[in-house]
Amino acid sequence: MKVGVVTFPGSLDDRDAARAVRAAGAEAVALWHADRTLRDVDAVILPGGFSYGDYLRCGAIARFAPVMEELVPAARGGLPVLGICNGFQILCESHLLPGALIRNDHRKFICTEQVLRVENASTAWTSDLEVGGHITIPLKNGEGGFVADEPTLERLEGEGQIVFRYVGGNPNGSYRGIAGITNQRGNVVGLMPHPEHAVEEGFGPSTDGLAFFTSVLNRVAA
Amino acid sequence: MGRIVVDVMLKPEILDPQGQAVAGALPRLGFDGITDVRQGKRFVLTVDGEVTDDHLARAREAAVTLLSNPVIEDVVSVTAERAS
Repeated sequence: MKVGVVTFPGSLDDRDAARAVRAAGAEAVALWHADRTLRDVDAVILPGGFSYGDYLRCGAIARFAPVMEELVPAARGGLPVLGICNGFQILCESHLLPGALIRNDHRKFICTEQVLRVENASTAWTSDLEVGGHITIPLKNGEGGFVADEPTLERLEGEGQIVFRYVGGNPNGSYRGIAGITNQRGNVVGLMPHPEHAVEEGFGPSTDGLAFFTSVLNRVAA
Repeated sequence: MGRIVVDVMLKPEILDPQGQAVAGALPRLGFDGITDVRQGKRFVLTVDGEVTDDHLARAREAAVTLLSNPVIEDVVSVTAERAS
């Protein structure tokens, strides 16, 4: 089982994502933004950071990176893809996920231990979680406000595509408290909080994040 | 040397925290009577020679592909700037 982690110029959390993949028992494969190859991996993570400086809009330039020319069709074909923070922004800009992320409504950077409610435990990345369960993982962003038009929000609710909601107040003004969503097929998941920073005892608020990475292992092995 | 100006604004239903920050600062400076501020983006694209219809067509394509995100933003205008 090989999980690719893409590094863009400005990625910050690619090493932690790779470490989380190894902690779950899989092989982490480094992917490079400028390479038109996914190196035969079984799943891909787009990590957090500030790709290409996040100029123009977060993720707007990363969307057109050579590696994305391979990733977008593969994701549409069912390859499991997880976008964390900046990775979520890239997935939205790529239109692999609906909606967009804008500046936090209070205009301040957040860095906190965030409680989330699991809304969908049938995606490629959440099958080891339980619907209704709470997890606590780090949240750190300046532009994490999830927005979409009303028809899109209704469709996300109706189709069960909301995967996580914030618990204990809305930290960034996300519409309907949405912290993470999935595509209709359930193979592409994006969220603002960081599961890869919560996989080891003594580092981070919990080890709740590990379930993301074990989930995708089970999905690919099945 | 021709120039094409592309104006992009957030859609009306999308929250604009930057505009709100500006709206909050205006009355503190004595600029009263402004009830709302929306902040947009202007791109000035420079091309070789006069701006042609083909340049404008390509600029419109770039405007909806890269310069704006149609999910949250509208391209308000794509116009050739008058040569000075």
